[in-house]
Amino acid sequence: MGEVIWTTLKLAGLTTVLLLIFATPVAWWLARRRAWWKEVVAAVTTLPIILPPSVLGFYLLIALAPQSPLMGLLHPFGIRTLAFSFTGLVIGSMVYSLPFAVQPIRSAFEAMGPRPMEAAATLRAAPLDAFVTVALPLARRGFLTAAILVFAHTVGEFGVVLMIGGGIPGKTEVISVRIYQLVESLRYGEAHALAAGVVVFSFAALLALLLLDRRAEEQGR
Amino acid sequence: MTEVIEGRFTGKVGVFALDAAFSFPAQGITALSGPSGAGKTTLLRCIAGLTRLEGRLSVGGEAWQDGRTFLPTHRRPIGVVFQEASLLAHLSVRGNLAYGARRSPAKAEVGFDDTVELLGLAPLLGRSTANLSGGERQRVALGRALLSQPRLLLMDEPLSSLDAASKAEILPYLERLHRTLAIPALYISHDAGEIARLADRVLFMTAGRILSATPASPSDKALAGLSAQQRDALAMAALKAGLTPQD
Repeated sequence: MGEVIWTTLKLAGLTTVLLLIFATPVAWWLARRRAWWKEVVAAVTTLPIILPPSVLGFYLLIALAPQSPLMGLLHPFGIRTLAFSFTGLVIGSMVYSLPFAVQPIRSAFEAMGPRPMEAAATLRAAPLDAFVTVALPLARRGFLTAAILVFAHTVGEFGVVLMIGGGIPGKTEVISVRIYQLVESLRYGEAHALAAGVVVFSFAALLALLLLDRRAEEQGR
Repeated sequence: MTEVIEGRFTGKVGVFALDAAFSFPAQGITALSGPSGAGKTTLLRCIAGLTRLEGRLSVGGEAWQDGRTFLPTHRRPIGVVFQEASLLAHLSVRGNLAYGARRSPAKAEVGFDDTVELLGLAPLLGRSTANLSGGERQRVALGRALLSQPRLLLMDEPLSSLDAASKAEILPYLERLHRTLAIPALYISHDAGEIARLADRVLFMTAGRILSATPASPSDKALAGLSAQQRDALAMAALKAGLTPQD
């Protein structure tokens, strides 16, 4: 059981870190551009919220299979397939949780307005310098919200990880998949232990978010 | 010979058309006055490089903008004080003051201690920017701008968002600044009192055009091509700025 929990935490942690790095420039671009068609990009990054996990998992499985064009690009590097691998699981989780990273960070950048970056420029900070020393710290609450949401959402995912991970013990089997298998084989006691753990964890994550919001409101006053 | 700041910007921001040619000595405080909506802030943003319009700008013979060059804001040795102080909320007062200072050339002409002394900032240094009064915020913004070692200070109605008491509190600091520092400043205001106390000369602006007020009476040539409405607005601005009709 320890192995399953470790795989889950490793997956959620890695997904969170990589996704925050990937989502930051996307969110910045979305917050700064005024062209209407940027909302097309915004819609694509939000799509995973409303797509059924099985649909997402199906396409990801096809994309990560040996004969896909995407994997074809990786063949010269000795990678034949990423389906049913931990790496594939990380990629799938990143796609699945993308909206939960982009949205809060984009909102935080938008709430900041253009002025702090202008002020930084008049104080001789080059754009990247200003981004790191002004935009990132001012948007820190958005990043914290994104991190909590992505981590919790990855721990809670089921459909996508089942379809592209296959639930291989020690490799791609995560808590949610294990619970499903335990219930299938009528081992309710063990299922209870894991399920209760997920409930407590999810509650703690949400409580942390709400307390964070409350503090933000108090400071805003 | 005194250096000159001169240039011309033409273009549109939204529906507003700007065609402003200007020239003023890089010395003392030059007030930029005129009715609201005349384009004063847009002109200041163009000089700062925050808004990019067609045109040219040279400061003391150095081209900041012409056909080929456009110096980005962070490469222009300017200090800007916005209408709202626009302090960096995640930094303390000291952090705000140090932000520009740390990024400016090593040879500092404006010292940290001198600035703190000049603007009476000592009791504020350790505080967060969140609970400063309006007057305190503008003093910090001014100090921050000075410490980035500007060659040109740009101030966009720094007092207009303050109540009378805060204005009275901060004006003496600006006067002291004027007396002690050699940094030229462009100061947007339409308050006759402020201009009388601070400015060495006044530029008038109306409907996107500059009509130099030194000499104080605008020439007929400058008025040519303006509609009656624009002339009225200009006259109002001149009166508000404390000028009396000469002929």
